[in-house]
Amino acid sequence: MAVTIIYLEDVTVDFNGFKALHGVNFFVDYGELRVLIGPNGAGKTTLLDVICGWVKPESGRVLYGEGKDIQRLTEHKIARLGISRKFQTPSVFVNLTLFENIELSLRRGEGFWGTLSSSLNGEDRDRIFSILNMIGLADKSSERAGSLSHGEKQWLELGMNIVVQPSLLLVDEPVAGMTGREREKTGELLQAIAKDRSVLIVEHDMEFVRQIAKKVTVLHEGSVLCEGSMERIQNDPTVIEVYLGRGEKGEREC
Amino acid sequence: MDTKPAKSAIFRFKWFALVMLLLALAPFFLSDFRLNLFGKFLTFAIVALGIDLIWGYAGILSLGHGVYFGLGAYCMGAYLKLQAEDLPDFMSWSGLTELPRFWKPFYHAWFALPMTLLIPMLFALLVGFPTFRARIKGVYFSILTQALALIFVTLFIGQQPYTGGTNGITNLQSIFGFSLAEPATMRGLYAVTVLMLGIAYLLCHWLTHTQLGKVLVAIRDGENRLRFLGYNPALFKVLIFAISAGLAGLAGALFVPQVGIISPSMMGILPSVEMAIWVAVGGRGTLKGAVIGAVLVNAAKSYFSENFPELWLYFLGVLFISFVLLFPQGIMGFWRKGRFKWMTSILRWRETRFARSSSPNGLPRKYH
Repeated sequence: MAVTIIYLEDVTVDFNGFKALHGVNFFVDYGELRVLIGPNGAGKTTLLDVICGWVKPESGRVLYGEGKDIQRLTEHKIARLGISRKFQTPSVFVNLTLFENIELSLRRGEGFWGTLSSSLNGEDRDRIFSILNMIGLADKSSERAGSLSHGEKQWLELGMNIVVQPSLLLVDEPVAGMTGREREKTGELLQAIAKDRSVLIVEHDMEFVRQIAKKVTVLHEGSVLCEGSMERIQNDPTVIEVYLGRGEKGEREC
Repeated sequence: MDTKPAKSAIFRFKWFALVMLLLALAPFFLSDFRLNLFGKFLTFAIVALGIDLIWGYAGILSLGHGVYFGLGAYCMGAYLKLQAEDLPDFMSWSGLTELPRFWKPFYHAWFALPMTLLIPMLFALLVGFPTFRARIKGVYFSILTQALALIFVTLFIGQQPYTGGTNGITNLQSIFGFSLAEPATMRGLYAVTVLMLGIAYLLCHWLTHTQLGKVLVAIRDGENRLRFLGYNPALFKVLIFAISAGLAGLAGALFVPQVGIISPSMMGILPSVEMAIWVAVGGRGTLKGAVIGAVLVNAAKSYFSENFPELWLYFLGVLFISFVLLFPQGIMGFWRKGRFKWMTSILRWRETRFARSSSPNGLPRKYH
């Protein structure tokens, strides 16, 4: 039987009267790769924001692991519990090298005085290079992150997220703005990452969702509309009505 | 990437040793008057190092460092004043017959000298902790620090019996028994200032070349990214702010005996903004730049105020605007970019300005 890693119970988020999430019940199991889809304004990103502590819900509970309520914790404490967040736009430290970017993530627990005294040991160095190899950027390890392309920055940020071996990785629209080849590589990377942990991905690109998703949750106007395999979602009349039909029309317009 | 930084570090310390040597030799080449002036500039360079730590590295612009400089200076001033008189003159003029209790410990050097560092640092902790925790940043933080500078000036002017009011603390006679009127004492103070500048430089070099330096740059370039990686940026900001304030306090303490006076006009908004300008001109994020900027801007200030006293403020304004527009990375950035390419950089300034305004981190958008 699968065990739940994150459980949102009746979570409501209110932005000055606009209910971004409306009594959402949602859970992800250990080791699961889940994709969250839904039209614009459905509350997908807000749901990630709630889990990582950026947005505090009006009501409801957010339970992590063995039932720890994390909704009152600050973001950095939630991160240290093992919940890692990949932002939608690439967020890397452009003036540091690739190696330093990942090193910074790895050494998050040192505190002020720790950053002054300790240095990197060989084991940590190997770990950083293994991550750089995994994201395919090892040969650029001493280049500044600012010199990377959009796609490479996204991979680097994924690398920063996984070097600390989180239990739950939250990923917001990983392939937005990527070329076909980059999408493919990102899909492979995410599947490799998902072998050892739970991954929750928000994605708009239906083709990409078909490539990676096993189980999909559809959000609509702040509530969970439907949940299940990709096949089931695609044939669900309500989903087609509110999202898929509209989404494809939207794609044509673009 | 292992060997390169080590090599350049040795190179850097060669420069450091050379500059220290030149500074140590300065008394043999400069008149007593110029040496005294130069010593004052070097205390400003210590302030600039502190501002560079928080602004150049961590991206926090304080426009109120005059307060911390002033706090350190007033602690030193109180000590020196009590060496000269049992009851400071301004107190008896204001009708006090007895030394206020909080002044009494400043009679002792063992108390007063550490306080020149500790009081600014403690005050910075008090200011920094709630503001950084509440995630007040950017221009809001700058305005807040400026408001504090204004409050401090008003407070120090208003409390004349305890602070000396508008005149501040004047008529200082001696330090550790050496008369402040003696050129030899001034040379001694100059030597101490050079030593302290050297120590401050090495401290800042150490701080910025350990992992802490990378964390500070990360706070500047992406505070939220750092937060979600599991860092508490507020902690780092509060502590580096306190260290920066401590450096300003140290500079204030070295300033007072060399100049012989400390008054509220040295801790207000205008001097605080000038301090930020030193760093902007020298080059944010480079320690050498901070020192060079402080010395050069103040040397220019002396030159202009000696020869064209009415024009100095205009000159300062033009200097600041032209550096922001033409050399946003300051003298050091200009130096590094290729010394002879400056003509093209002037010709292209419109272009880079446009690129900067559309890039989130303030650096030219080369790669998009």
